[in-house]
Order: sequence, then structure tokens, then C-alpha cells
Amino acid sequence: MAAAGPSVFLLMVNGQVESAQFPEYDDLYCKYCFVYGQDWAPTAGLEEGISQITSKSRDVRQALVWNFPIDVTFKSTNPYGWPQIVLSVYGPDVFGNDVVRGYGAVHLPFSPGRHKRTIPMFVPESTSKLQKFTSWFMGRRPEYTDPKVVAQGGGREVTRVRSQGFVTLLFNVVTKDMRKLGYDTGPSDTQGVPGPSPPPGLPL
Amino acid sequence: MNPKEEKVKIITEEFDENDEDTGVGSQKKTSKMARQERKKRLPAAGPEEMVSENPHLGNQPEPLQEDSDTRPLSMTTRRGPRSLPPIPSASRTGFAEFSMRERMREKLQAARSKAESTLLQEIPTPRPRRFQSPGEKELETEFGAEPGEEAQKTEQEDDSQSRSRVKFRDSVRKIKTKPPVPPGFPSAEEAYNFFTFNFDPEPEESEEKPKAKNRDGTTQEEEEGEEEEPPVQGIHKTDEQLLISATEAEAFLWGLDHAAADFVAVRPADYESAHVRLQMEKELLFVPSRLTVPTYKKLPENVQPRYLEDEGLYIGTRPDVPRTCQNIMENRLLTQEPGRRWFGDDGRIVALPNPIKPFPSRPPVLTQEQDFRAELETLYKKAVKYVHRSQHMIGSGDSPGNFQLDIDISGLIFTHHPCFSREHVLAAKLAQLYDQYLARHQRNKAKFLTDKLQALRNAVQTGLNPEKTHKSLDTTQKTINEYKSEIRQTRKLRDAEQEKDRMLLKTIIKVWKEMKSLREFQRFTNTPLKLVLRKEKVDQKADEEAYEAEIQAEISELLEEHMEEHEQKMEAYRAAYQQWKAWKKAQRAKKKKKKQAVEEHPEEEMGEPYPEEDPVKPVPPEPTDRTLMEHQVRERAARSRRRPGEPLLVPELSLAGSVTPNEQCPRVEVLRREDVKRRSIYLKVIFNDKEVSRTDSRPLGADFRVHFGQIFNLQIFNWPESLTLQVYETVGHSGTTLLAEVFLPIPETTIVTGRAPIEEVEFSSNQHVTLDHEGVGSGMPFSFEADGSNQLILMTSGKVSNSVAWAIGENGIPLIPPLSQQNIGFRSALKRADAISSIGTSGLTDLKKLAKWAAESKLDPNDPNNAPLMQLISVATSGESYVPDFFRLEQLQQEFNFVSDEELNRSKRFRLLCLRSQEVPEFRNYKQIPAYDREIMEKVFQDYEKRLRDRNVIETKDHIDPHRAMVAKYLQQVRESVINRFLIAKHHFLLSDLIVEEEVPNISILGLSLFKLAEQKRPLRPRRKGRKKVTAQNLSDGDIKVLVNIIRAYDIPVRKATASKFQQPSRSSRTFSEKHAASPTTHSPTHSADYPLGQVLVRPFVEVSFQRTICHTTTAEGPNPSWNEELELPFRAPNGDYSTSSLQSVKDDVFINIFDEVLYDVLEDDRERGSGIHTRIERHWLGCVKIPFSTIYFQAKIDGTFKIDIPPVLLGYSKERSMIIERGFDSVRSLSEGSYITLFITMEPQLVPGESVREKFDSQEDEKLLQATEKFQAECALKFPHRQCLTTVTDISGKTVFITRYLKPLNPPQELLEACPNNPQATAELVARYVSLIPFLPDTVSFAGICDLWSTSDQFLDLLAGDEEEHAVLLCNYFLSLGKKAWLVMGSAIPEGPTAYVLTREQSHYLIWNPCSGHFYGQFDTFCPLKSVGCLIGPDNIWFNIQRHDSPLRINFDVTKPKLWKSFFSRSLLYPGLSSVQPEELIYQRTDKAAAAELQDRIEKILKEKIMDWRPRHLTRWNRYCTSALRHFLPLLERSRGEDVEDDHRGELLKQLGDYRFSGFPLHMPYSELKPLIEAVYSTGVHNIDVPNVEFALAVYIHPYPKNVLSVWIYVASLIRNR
Repeated sequence: MAAAGPSVFLLMVNGQVESAQFPEYDDLYCKYCFVYGQDWAPTAGLEEGISQITSKSRDVRQALVWNFPIDVTFKSTNPYGWPQIVLSVYGPDVFGNDVVRGYGAVHLPFSPGRHKRTIPMFVPESTSKLQKFTSWFMGRRPEYTDPKVVAQGGGREVTRVRSQGFVTLLFNVVTKDMRKLGYDTGPSDTQGVPGPSPPPGLPL
Repeated sequence: MNPKEEKVKIITEEFDENDEDTGVGSQKKTSKMARQERKKRLPAAGPEEMVSENPHLGNQPEPLQEDSDTRPLSMTTRRGPRSLPPIPSASRTGFAEFSMRERMREKLQAARSKAESTLLQEIPTPRPRRFQSPGEKELETEFGAEPGEEAQKTEQEDDSQSRSRVKFRDSVRKIKTKPPVPPGFPSAEEAYNFFTFNFDPEPEESEEKPKAKNRDGTTQEEEEGEEEEPPVQGIHKTDEQLLISATEAEAFLWGLDHAAADFVAVRPADYESAHVRLQMEKELLFVPSRLTVPTYKKLPENVQPRYLEDEGLYIGTRPDVPRTCQNIMENRLLTQEPGRRWFGDDGRIVALPNPIKPFPSRPPVLTQEQDFRAELETLYKKAVKYVHRSQHMIGSGDSPGNFQLDIDISGLIFTHHPCFSREHVLAAKLAQLYDQYLARHQRNKAKFLTDKLQALRNAVQTGLNPEKTHKSLDTTQKTINEYKSEIRQTRKLRDAEQEKDRMLLKTIIKVWKEMKSLREFQRFTNTPLKLVLRKEKVDQKADEEAYEAEIQAEISELLEEHMEEHEQKMEAYRAAYQQWKAWKKAQRAKKKKKKQAVEEHPEEEMGEPYPEEDPVKPVPPEPTDRTLMEHQVRERAARSRRRPGEPLLVPELSLAGSVTPNEQCPRVEVLRREDVKRRSIYLKVIFNDKEVSRTDSRPLGADFRVHFGQIFNLQIFNWPESLTLQVYETVGHSGTTLLAEVFLPIPETTIVTGRAPIEEVEFSSNQHVTLDHEGVGSGMPFSFEADGSNQLILMTSGKVSNSVAWAIGENGIPLIPPLSQQNIGFRSALKRADAISSIGTSGLTDLKKLAKWAAESKLDPNDPNNAPLMQLISVATSGESYVPDFFRLEQLQQEFNFVSDEELNRSKRFRLLCLRSQEVPEFRNYKQIPAYDREIMEKVFQDYEKRLRDRNVIETKDHIDPHRAMVAKYLQQVRESVINRFLIAKHHFLLSDLIVEEEVPNISILGLSLFKLAEQKRPLRPRRKGRKKVTAQNLSDGDIKVLVNIIRAYDIPVRKATASKFQQPSRSSRTFSEKHAASPTTHSPTHSADYPLGQVLVRPFVEVSFQRTICHTTTAEGPNPSWNEELELPFRAPNGDYSTSSLQSVKDDVFINIFDEVLYDVLEDDRERGSGIHTRIERHWLGCVKIPFSTIYFQAKIDGTFKIDIPPVLLGYSKERSMIIERGFDSVRSLSEGSYITLFITMEPQLVPGESVREKFDSQEDEKLLQATEKFQAECALKFPHRQCLTTVTDISGKTVFITRYLKPLNPPQELLEACPNNPQATAELVARYVSLIPFLPDTVSFAGICDLWSTSDQFLDLLAGDEEEHAVLLCNYFLSLGKKAWLVMGSAIPEGPTAYVLTREQSHYLIWNPCSGHFYGQFDTFCPLKSVGCLIGPDNIWFNIQRHDSPLRINFDVTKPKLWKSFFSRSLLYPGLSSVQPEELIYQRTDKAAAAELQDRIEKILKEKIMDWRPRHLTRWNRYCTSALRHFLPLLERSRGEDVEDDHRGELLKQLGDYRFSGFPLHMPYSELKPLIEAVYSTGVHNIDVPNVEFALAVYIHPYPKNVLSVWIYVASLIRNR
């Protein structure tokens, strides 16, 4: 097999959901899951996770730190449907109901190395003012039927969302056999090669 | 430090030379030493001395006062402030802590830099001092040196010490009084100056010396030497001090002094004068001049510059470079590169043209906003209508697309009408003639022919010209001959035409004269027609000449012809003459001979001439007589042509005449006119034999013209076969009569609206009309003559002027049905004649083809008719306008194709990816497509390709019956098209698909939630909570289980006595009353006695089989067993695909079979009975319940009591009546006899059923009606959200149709009506049975995604498959036709869920019919599967159930009560009289009995094979005797529909098979496919008997009903011989 060349490439990602900035909310926890195409299959690691509840730091940064580890390995034959990590953040509202505080998704980085991503998070809006009030009152805010919706394009045109907060993620990406399969995502090889000398133009 | 030191050395040496001072060599050494010492000493000594030796300050400056006096003016101003900045930085931390030396060095440097800068800046100032300072210095040094080394030691020491101290102190002071250093401040300034004094001279001098140098013009060396001078002096001074200190021999003092000397020594060496640098640079650097280089320098010797531009050669614009830059460059090149290769011929630097484009290549951003918008304007295209596949439709024949045919009917003119008066007849004739004249005039054929003649003559003339005909005489001669013959023909034609023209003119005049005379005669005029003959004067002379010339030409031609003819004749004559002469000669010779011979044979001579005829002597042809010919020609000309000088007569017909008013007319005429007024005409447009529209009725005018001016836009689907206009005439108020039919030609596809000319189409009718007034009538003879001679018979005729054209769509595309639809056959006859029809309209664009055709058909290029065509061809063939034979939209595409298309198509991976993205079923969930082509197996595609191949091949293997195969194929295709639509629809999302949002609570919900707050936390009666639903995504095999909970059963058939003991069945005589009389307790003992092992009546157990997995319960006892057992069956989805759409299309059924477990004693020997029990367990199938998986999937749970499907004949079993049950119910209850089983079925985990597709289909319904339906449904849903309310449904072509259109009385097959003519109830049952025999196929299975398609009854019968709705609609329609009051009941039933039943109203009660099973139930039947009623649908209304309850048991079916039933059409919305979508009547073909029989045999054969297959380890014997007995029996069963035959049958069977133990039963099913039959036989488990001597019998009977509905009976039995 090895002699014939690999038939799949591997993408190993570890890292963590580091922290979040939700200026208005406290005591949040987050969930993550992956959305990937048909040619992808997870080979190791956890595909979804739910973090602890974190409270705001007492300093000026007001950061919500989870440091929730991500460690997953995918294999694939086709870069189409590159995995995306979907995050959803929840926290209690004034009445103590758990409501969603943000959804967000980002593709896993393509190139090997250490990547830091800050995702803006958003929540679906209520369809009317009255709805908004009742949903606030009842503690049943509008939610996506499936958080994975945010990683897809279809059907988003019927929704309205509001942005709130950011989540910072850290990825360490390792790929295997990508280049052997003809996908060049890494940094360019030309680092050592001196750049072409300027052509001898007109001596002006 | 080193360079400084070196400099010091040099300086000292020079000093020696200059001053002739000896003994300096030793000083040098000491100075070095001293410096080193000083470094060590300085830090420690500094502070102390500073403090102690302050008083020295006053004394010390004095000796130097001369200096400071002279300097301050210049120095303080210049230097004082400037020297400050560097010091603070050094002195801030205090000298105590800081390294002294460091500070000194800084100071030094700062001073040096200042010196340099001042030197550069202020050249003129120091000039007066120049002489002063060297002198002073000289003095100073002398003062220091002269006293001698020994004598002055101490003093010098003090001096030096104090100096350094002063410096220290000075720095301290600077800290204190840093910012303001006024020039006049005595101590500080002086002190400072004192110290800086040492530094000063060098810059001063160095700056002055270049001046002097410049002035003197001395050499560089001298200058340098002078430059070095001042530092030397400074150093010298310090050296002196050093010497002093050295002699002092105090090590530490030494060091101090030397330190001071060190600073002084370093400084001047650093300086480098700008001038010097310039000098040095001059050597090293080259600065090219900026001056223009003369051209001769740039060119080779003796070469004149050559300007290419002037020579006319193009040279691009040179890049714009400033002149100076160019000059610099040129100079540089000249000096650096001696070769002149950089210079062009013109003496300029060679340069490429300016590479900068004069204009930006980026599209300019337009500043004006409007233009900007225009650039970016979005182009909207109208959405293309999705044309779905409906050509597969069997029943309905409408085809996709809507095309439009515009028919413009402008008017109608009668050329004859019964109401024509005689004058009218003449007028019509005149008009006709005039039209003809105009047409002829327009074509002007005579003129054309004349011209042609002329042309031909010319051609002949030129052809005869010898100069041009030298090529080949033969061919020219030939062509000339051809021309000549053509001339002849043309002339004849021309003459004929001219004659015709003349005749026509004469006739016109004649008719006009007749008309005039008629008008005179009858003394009134009816028509405004008036003929004016206009004379056109002609130039008589010219005319005559032309005439004469023509005649002459003709004559000459004729002469020529005649000459030719004559020539030929002469030729012939000559030949003949020669012959004759020869003959004559021969004759003569003969004669001579004869003469000689006569002498010998005189008799012979006589006979000779007779036998051979004498050739007649040829008559030489007469030469043509010119005069005669001329006469002939002239005569002909006179007849056909205008005489020369005769005026040209041009008739003009006008309507200028006046019609005599009614008052002045005779009575008959007035009557006629009134009659005309009463008449009106309208036209009907008949398209494909269907009336599509009609014009308004217009009165007939006095001139018998009718103007319509109407345009009909026919929206058509089909290619028009025929297009007819019917002319109708209405007379007064009496009826209308069809006058005539006008057949319009169907326009060519090129004719589109706007381009179509108005055409007149003639029509005539053969009706006979006689009128009692002046009107001449139709078909009646009449005459213009008074005596009635010369009779004329005229028929009603006329012309319709119209135009027919194809409409043009909004985007300019003609709305023409595709060519494929056209029936080409009938047009082929026309093909040869017309260019367009022969090569097709598409050929018009293919000019090559056209030209070919033109060449082939020998078109006359001069014919004006062909002129445009010829022009087109000439253009095309000459190549002036090149028409490419292809058209490419993206001409650059090829550049971007990274591999060729073939290569791309060959790639398996690409193909796989494409197919997956198209969601082709086979690949929809294909995971991990391999990365390389080589890893993709070819077999991946095999299934798919096979399916594609088989799409059009109807395989009869599975289906046997070709019609069924076709239907299956058709269903498959419909399904595919529907699935494709749904795939599209699936991508449309609603908000609710994506976002879960609480509804806005209304009051009741709010109240409820408030109430909930008060609810007990742990209620006493806990409510069931819904299970969590699982989306079918991450499921795999084995995750899903079907749970079947079998609770109990009622009325299971019980065993009867074994056949061997009872000759006569025990219960045959049991009557209804007996049932009542008997008590169950009395039954049991009697029966128990019948069984050998003391078994109970029956020991039933239930076996559930699903997907070939079988589970069974324990065995219970008695006819009303209770099991209460849960069975778990695993579920496997097809292909492991657990997606919703896949699960929906699972067709498997859950079979719940009830068996009786029978124990047989197999002991042969009674003696062994004591020691062991040997029994054999046999299972006898009693009945089954079949529940489709799709029902379970959609219902999530099925809970209820089901009727067990028990075969009509169960040998050895009978119904045990339980008195307890019967007692409680009334007589209606007894209608539903049978066995029942209570079940609870669900799935674990619960799956989310697929969402129904909410696609908004198009509709042909009225928009208002659709709105009303939506409103109605919304209202109903608000009140009872769970009740089904149906107003519109989707028909099979995907259109929304109002539901009542489906209901209409339709005739059932006649055969069924005739079966029991006087029993309506029996007929109804028979009809219901017929409907139930049509196979059931749920829509959800065939159409994944819940979409109900309703087919009309004829489609349903064509397809022979449908779900509840279709069955119910058909049954309801039959009932309506039988005269019953019938409704469609939409509700929910078990196990089907939402379904449709039929409700009929009998005399006193209502009956509920299950259309799929054919069973019927009374309204109050508890076992009626219909559990709730949502709405009733009749042929003209919909009633929604607004009663509190919806169970049929508890509701009132009286729809007239508005409180109970909300009707759709009411007083506010009246029933608009919707036409039905159903056909007028159903036509039933009798089913082919032979085919049915054949099918029957094949099924039997296949089933037998199957049973043998299922028993692989046993021998399967077939009992032929029994089989034939069964075969006889099956038709009986069909006839009686499986009722009341059991006992007879049993008796009969027993008689025949006396010594067999027989167990078996007939199965009855509608026939759709073979597979269900096999499945059903398998599920009975008859084959499972493994008694060694078992024999089997299997008989199949198919009863054909009309329309290919087949009722299949299968009798399976096993026989065991009794011993």
C-alpha cells in the first residue's frame, strides 16, 4: 500500500476552544461538533464535546476561558467538504433558563501549523417584537434546529441573525499525504531559493 | 585610538622639522607612558584635587589671558552655547561616580565636531586672527618650552594639574548654571575658554589654511602639511607638560598630566576637510557632466546621424526621460564604455518604445452615476417553466408547454349570397374580374415574358458573335440552339399571356356594360360599384415603331426558324433524293442489264419492278413565304396585342356610385334589403375538431361584407392538426345555420405574429335557398335575360380574410410546439414544390443546401418570384458574407479546459462525483470516493448502467403480464419525475426548518401554562411523555427495532372434529338462533371429547415475521387468547441507508400470523404410552394481519384492534360464537363478523418521519377559489387542528385541483351490475369488491416524501394501482352512479392513519366502506377501523366536522345541519359549478380470458417451484388428485366471494379425500405482482410441515374482471394420509 502511494490523506487537528468574549453574558458553556463532507471520515478523537461552565474573569479583560481541548483526526480522499467546527455557546438568561448565546463555524485550517481563529458568534433573531418579548419571557429563544445549519449555506436566506460575542480557538494542524495526493496547502517550498535577480534592464 | 596616535606621531615629527626642536623623540615615549598612567590614576585623584586646589583658579587663567581676551568675541558666541549640549549628558550623574575619562572624551568629541562645523560654516570670519593666533601659540609654546625642562618643572606641573582641575570644576559649574551662559559671565566663561582654548586653534587654523592655500595656489601636499600644523602645536604643548611631569617622577601625577595631553592629541586627527575630501573624491569618483554631448562624439567617425523616423520607419514613442538625465547617461557611457554600442544611428541612446500604454486597460470608472448603473444593471430573465415529464401520461394526453397560435379574423366577403340581387351578382363578377385584373397587372407576366424574350435574343446575338465564341464551337452552338428553342417557347407563352390580358379587359368592359344596362332596366342601383376606364395616351410614333420592330423581329425569327426547318427539310430531301437517285441509277443499270437480259430472258424483266416499291421522287421543300408569314404574325399581333397608337386602357373600379335609397326601390327590392339587414354572421374557430372560440355576431352589410377584426390567441398544447372556421348565419331570431366551413392552413413555423400576411380563403356551401324577393337565392337557377334563357346557378360562396401566425413570447421566441410533435406525414406530398417545405425551414439558414436545391430544380434566376431567393443564394455562394456552419457561445472555453472533454468523461472519479452531486439514488450516499481512478471498481457503475439500459426495456420476467409490466414501468417513470421535483423542492427551506421558535402564545396557552405552574409536581396520574425522536442520521444496522406487542385476540376459529370421525360437519345446521341458544359452556365439553389428547378448542400462537425475521409468542389456549407479549424484530434499511427518504420507501410488511398449534400423537404402539410421550407439533395457519412498515414509520405507533384476515375456508375450523360478546350488541353489530387481534406496534427508537413537501403547485383553479380554500383550511385548523381537512389535492401531473372535481357519478362495469340485478345491496358489495381488487400501492412508497397524488378514476384504472384515496374516489363514484347518497370520508383509521373511506346513506342508517378491503361497517360498529372523521366530501361541497367528537360512533352524519358540519360552499360562497376532472364515462375492456388462464398456469408453476425451494431438505410431493379437486373448487369461492361455501366444500373434499388429513386454505388477493403472492404463501408456512409422508396440493385460480382487474385465488394444502 505504501509503495502504491496513499489513497487517503489524514488531517489531525488538536487545539482548544480557548476563550470567548461575550460582554453581556456570564456563566457560559459551549458545545462543538464537526461538519464534514461525504468523503470525510473521522478516524480518531471526539467528534463533539461540551465544555464546562465558565464565569467571567474578574479583571478588565472579562474573558470567559474554557481551554476546552479539541483532538480529532479525519481521513479523506477529497478536500471537498473540508471539516468545519461548529460552535454553539449557551448560558443562562435572567430567569435561569439555558438559552443559546451564539453559533459560529469555521473551517479547520488547511495548512499545517498553529492557527488561532476568532469566530464572531451570532444568534437567530425572533421574527417579531412580540415573539422577541415572549421568547425572552418564556426563556425559549429561537434556536437552530440543528447547530450544523451554520456550517451550511442552504436555507439561510430565511433567517435573520444578530451578532454577539467572539470565541477564540486554537488549532494545531498536522496533515499527512496531502501533497502526495496532489493537494498543496503548506507554506511554499521556495523559501531557500533566492528570488530571481532583477533582469538587466536599461541602465538609467 | 590607534589612528589618533599615529597622527600624533606624524605631527610631532613634522613639528620637529618645522621648529627645529630637538629632543622631542623622548617626549613621544613619555607621552605614551603618561597617558597610560593617567588612565589608572585619574579616577582616584580627581575629586581630591578639585576640592583642595580651588584657589588656583584665580591664578591660572591669567597667563592665558591674552588668548581669552581675544577670543571671547568670537568663541563665546560661537562655541559657548554649542559646547553645552554634549556635556550635560556626561556630567549629569556627577563626576564622582562617572568615569572622568569618559567625560573628557565626550567633551573632546563634541568640541571637535563643533570645530568642524564652524569651519565649514564660517569661512570668512577668522581671517584677521590668523596671524594672531599662531603667533600667540608660538609664544605660548615657547613660554612653556624655553624655560627649560628642569627649571620649569613645578610650575608646569601645577599648571597642568590646575588645568585639569579647572575642567572638572567647570563641568560641575555647568551642571549648576547650565541653561544661561551669558557671554559676559566672567569666571565660567573664562575658565571654559581657557580649556577650550586648547581645542580651538586646530579648527581655526585648519579652516583658515585652505583659504590661504586657495589664495596662494600651493600644492596639496603643502596644504596638508599646514593643515596638520595646529594639532602639532597643541600636542607639543601637552608634550611639554608631560615632559615636566615625567621629570617630576611622580607616577600618579604623571598619569594625570598625560591624560590631559591625550585628549588634545586625539582631536585634530579626526577632522577631514570637505575640500580635501572633495579632492580625494575627485580621484576616486567620477561625476559625469550634465552638458549635452555633441552628436559627433556619440557616433563613429565620419558618420552622419541617421534618423529612422524621417526615413518613414516607425519607431515607438521613447520613454519620457528628462534631458539632464539623458545627458548624464550619455556622458557616462562615453567615458566608461568606449564602444558606442549604446548609441543608435541617430546618435541617441538606444531605447525600447515606451512600454506604458497610453490608456488604462482597466475599464474606466464612470463618474456619472446613471451610466454607472447602466453598466451594472442586472438583467432579469423570466424564469423558465419547469417542464416535467408528462409525456408518460397514459390517461391524459396534454403535453407540456404552452404555445400560442394567433388567429386574426379580419372579415368576410360574400362572393355570392342568396340575398344577392342580380346586380349584386354582376357586381361580384365584376369585382372578381377586376381583382383578377389587378393580380395579373401586379404580376405583369406579359411584360416579364417580353423582357425575357428580349434577353434571350440578346444572348443569342452575343452567342453568335464570333469574337466571344472561340472557346468551343460545339457548346456555343448547343447553347444557341437551346436559347432559340427557349425563345420559341417564351414567345408562345408571351402571346398567350397577352391574349389573356386582352380578353380579361374585354370581359370587364362587357360585364360593366351589362351592369349598366341592368341598372337602367331595373331603375335602381344596389351597389356603389363604378368602373372607370382610364385612357393612357401613348406616343403613337414610338409605339408604332416598337410594334413594327417587334413584328419584324418576330418575323425574322420565324423566318430563321423556318429557314432552319427548311434547311433540315432540304437536308432530308437531299438525302432522300440521293437515295432516290442511287436507286434510279441502280434501276437504270438494272434496266440496262435487263435490256441485255431481256434479250435473254424477256419475261423476267416484266416482273422486276413490281415487287419492290418505287421510291417516290422526293419533292423539294418549299421555301418559306415571307409575306405569308408576316401576315400570320400581324394577325396574331392584332388579336392579342394593343394596336399601335391605341390608348392604353386602365380599368379602375371604384365604390363611388350611389345606391338608390329604399324609398325609390320597388317592393321586392325593399324586401330583399330588409332581409339582408336581418341576417348576421359569426364564425367559430375550430381547433383540432374542438371549438375553441367564436367571433361576435355581426350584421351582414348591404355590400355583403362583414367586418370582424378579432384576434384569437389560442393557447395550445398540441401541434395543430386542423384549423377550421365555421361560418354561421343567423336570420332574425330564428336559428342559426352553418353556411360553410373554411379550412385554414396551419402556418409554417417561420410565420410569426406581425409577419403574417392577411390571406383570403375562399369557401362555398352547397345549400339551396329560394327567396321570395329580389334576392337570387342559392343553388337556384336564375337568368339575366327576360326570357329566362341562359340560366345561371350560383352557390353561396365567399372569402374570409384572415391571418394565422405563431405568437412570439416575451423573449422573442416563437411559441411553436417542437418539431418533433408535428405530424410530418401529411405534408410530404407538398415537398417537391416548395423550397421551404422541401428542405425544411431550418434549411433556410443552411444556404449551401438551399443553393443546391436551387441548382437542382433549375430555378429561373430571372423570375421575379425567385428574386430574393436568388439574391440570397448569390450572396451566400459568392462568399461575401461568410456564414459559419457553427455557432459557439463560449469561444474561449477551450482555452480553459484543462483536459479534453473525453478525458474528463473517462475519469471514473469525476463521473462518480458528478453522479453523487446529482443525487442519483445509487450514489446518493456514496462515502469516501477513492482518490484515484484506479481504485474505483468498474462494478460500481454496473447497477446504475444496467438501470439506465433497462429503463426502456420492459422485462416481463417479474411481471408476467405485459400490461402490468408496462404499468410498473410507467409508475417508475412517474416516480422518478416526481422524485426529481421533490429533490428540487427539498432545497427550499422555511424558517421553521431552520429555527425553532416558540409560537406566540395565545390566551389559552398562556392560561394553560399558568395553570401548569399550579400543577402538582408529582401528579397521581402521571401523564405519558413523548419519547425522544431520533433523526435518522447516525443510525446503522441493528439500531432500529420494531416492537410488536401482542395483547389479545377475539373469536379465533376453533377446531372441529377430525374428519375421520365426523362424516357430516357438526355445525352445518347451526343457525343463527341456535347460536343464541347455545351456551359456551356446553360447547367445550362436547368438543373436548372430539380430540384425542384432550386438547382445548384451539391453541393459538402468534408469529410475527418482518424482513424474514420470525418471532413468535407462546401458545395460549382458547378462542379468546391473551398473550401480552412483546416481540422485538430488528430492522434493516435497504443498502444501509437510513436517510428519511430511504426509510419512507421501505416496502416491507409486518406479517402477524396466527397459528394453531396442534399436537399429534405419533406413537404407533399403545403399549409404549406409559413410558414416553411422542407427539408431533403441527401448526395450522388461521389468519394474518399485514401492516406495512411505512405505516408504522409514519404513525410512530399503532395501537388498536385489527380484524384478522382469515381465509374464507379453513378446513377443520369453525367460528366459535361467544355469547358474551354477542349479547351486548345489536343486530348491526353482527355485520362485522370475524376475528380480531389487539396489537401495539412501535419502533425503538422513534424515528422522525419525513416532512411533507410543501410545494406550491400551479393550479388551473380560480384564484378566488384557492384563496377560499386556504381560508377554510385555516379556520378549520384553528378549531380542530388534528382533524383532517382537505380541499385541494395534487393531480398526477402536479397541479392543484379542487377536490370535489374528483367526485362524479361513474358507471361501474356492466358485468357487475348484471350480476344481481334486483339486489342493490349485493350490487354495492360487488362493486366494492371490484374496487378492492385493484392493487393497493401507497403513494408514500412510490413517491418518497409525503406527497399525495390523486389520479382520476380512469387513470387509476389504467394504472391499476393506487392508494386509499383513489380507491375511495372510484368507489364513491360508483355509488353515486348507483344512485346512492355517497361521500368521501377523510379521517384516520387504523392501521392506515390518515385515509379516505366512503360513507353511504342507506334507508335508515349509514354505512362506512373501506375501499381497499371492500368491507363495510355500520356506523356503530366498534370494530370499524375508521376512528375519526375529519371531513366529508361530496360532488359539490365539502363539510368539515365541527362536532365535539370525531369518532364515527359518536357523530351525526347529517350534513344539512350547519352546527355540526361546516360547509365550504354556503350562501356566502356559492358553488360555482366546477366541472369534473373525471372522464364522461369509463370504458371497460373485457379482460382476455386466455391471457388470464395462461397467467394462472404460470403462477401455479412458479409457486410450486418456490415451495420446493423452501423445502430444500425434504421431498415435496404433489397430490394431483387433490390439486384438481381444489382447482374446481376455487371458481366457486370466487362466485360466492368466499362466503357460505365452507360446509359444502368441506363435505365434498372429504368425500374425495377420505383418508387424508387435510390442512389448507385458500388465499385471496388482488393481483399486482408475483412477489406479494409468493410472500403471502410463504407467510402461511404451509411448507414448514416436515412429516415424511406429507403431500401438497396447490391450485391457482384467476378470475378476470373488466379492465384487467384480476382476482387471484391460491389454494395451498398439505395432506397427510391417515392410518
